[in-house]
Amino acid sequence: MRLIAENLGGERGGETVFSGVGFALEKGQALIVTGPNGAGKSTLLRVVAGLLPVAAGRLLIEGGGEDFPSVASACHYLGHQNAMKTVLSVVENLRFWRDFAGADFLSAEEALETVGLDGIGHLPFGYLSTGQRRRAAIAKLLVSRRPLWLLDEPTAGLDKASEGRFAVLMRKHLEGGGIIVAATHLPLGLEGAQALVMGRVE
Amino acid sequence: MWSLFLRDIRLNIRAGGGALTGVIFFLAVIATIPFGVGPDLNLLARIGPAILWIGALLACLLGLDRLFQADREDGSLDLLVLGDSRHMLALSVLTKCLAHWAGSVLPLVIAAPLLGLFMNMEPIGIGATALTLLVGTPAITFIGAAGAAVAVALPRGGLLISVLVLPLTIPVLIFGVSASYGAVADPDPFLQPFLILAALTLFLAVLGPVAAALALRHGAD
Repeated sequence: MRLIAENLGGERGGETVFSGVGFALEKGQALIVTGPNGAGKSTLLRVVAGLLPVAAGRLLIEGGGEDFPSVASACHYLGHQNAMKTVLSVVENLRFWRDFAGADFLSAEEALETVGLDGIGHLPFGYLSTGQRRRAAIAKLLVSRRPLWLLDEPTAGLDKASEGRFAVLMRKHLEGGGIIVAATHLPLGLEGAQALVMGRVE
Repeated sequence: MWSLFLRDIRLNIRAGGGALTGVIFFLAVIATIPFGVGPDLNLLARIGPAILWIGALLACLLGLDRLFQADREDGSLDLLVLGDSRHMLALSVLTKCLAHWAGSVLPLVIAAPLLGLFMNMEPIGIGATALTLLVGTPAITFIGAAGAAVAVALPRGGLLISVLVLPLTIPVLIFGVSASYGAVADPDPFLQPFLILAALTLFLAVLGPVAAALALRHGAD
């Protein structure tokens, strides 16, 4: 599987946020997107996910086969918000996304154990701390199988131990033939990842 | 899809669901009418079906603004839109509409016969009104979904949705009320307006979710 962007441009509300971005990722490769605030990192991720239209250039996924014909069908998108309901318990939230996304991978309980949240799955999501919420959202990446992970500031709010645990998860995902595109300010602990530095469009 | 339906029903029942708000609003509207109109029992019985329908229509509009906004605020909406390739987005919207209807509007239909007593309606009139509400209110939810999808990005979209949706619900109201009258007033037919009402609901069950899905897809930012 390959994810290719050629001369990609993105805009928000008619304003060009970035242009001329290109990268090609084979399976097992990661891309770390960095840059100052407002450089268009989140916009790039949303364009890649297909939530915003491609304003210029080309974006395609190759070799996805029947299961993953488009980027949207092949990706897990972890945005700024955690996409979890505060009144439902953590396990209920994860079970819902597992059923909805299909392509089952880990069970909700196993996923929680992997991110170190075992034993609190019965609590409403709203009772968790910021870091725990983020870890529960990361567990969402594990309940269904997607080759491409699009991560927007994935480690925001995480402590050192959880960051380390997440780095292990990402490495495992890459070893299993996955692709990661992550926008971040913090080092993620991925060696050999490609880097893309975005600057403001003059 | 079933899991999405169950999730929305659960959200509706637990903390802060709209079910009770709608019923209490409906009750408040119907209970105040006799005070305003006066104690003329014949008049109350005559305007009963229309008042029940208007009350239910307004109560339906109450919770609509939260239909997609709650999902947008916590980021779930992005994932629902991304899920388009697996489950058609219009189908997800239809499921959300049905869950909203079952959670917030069905209680109104169940409360309607009781409130019909307030209006001194005959049993057959009460039955006919409840039946037309059961068949007609889904149409209001489907139109409302399109309005809610258009206004999803607006922080105070509730009023705008009502203004957008209300004119489009007038045909549903007209046929719902005329079918209810048809059951009590003798020369008027019941079946024809009732069938048109059912047709409206089926037609809007397709058009509403498709329009809402289109608005959600292009409203993403």
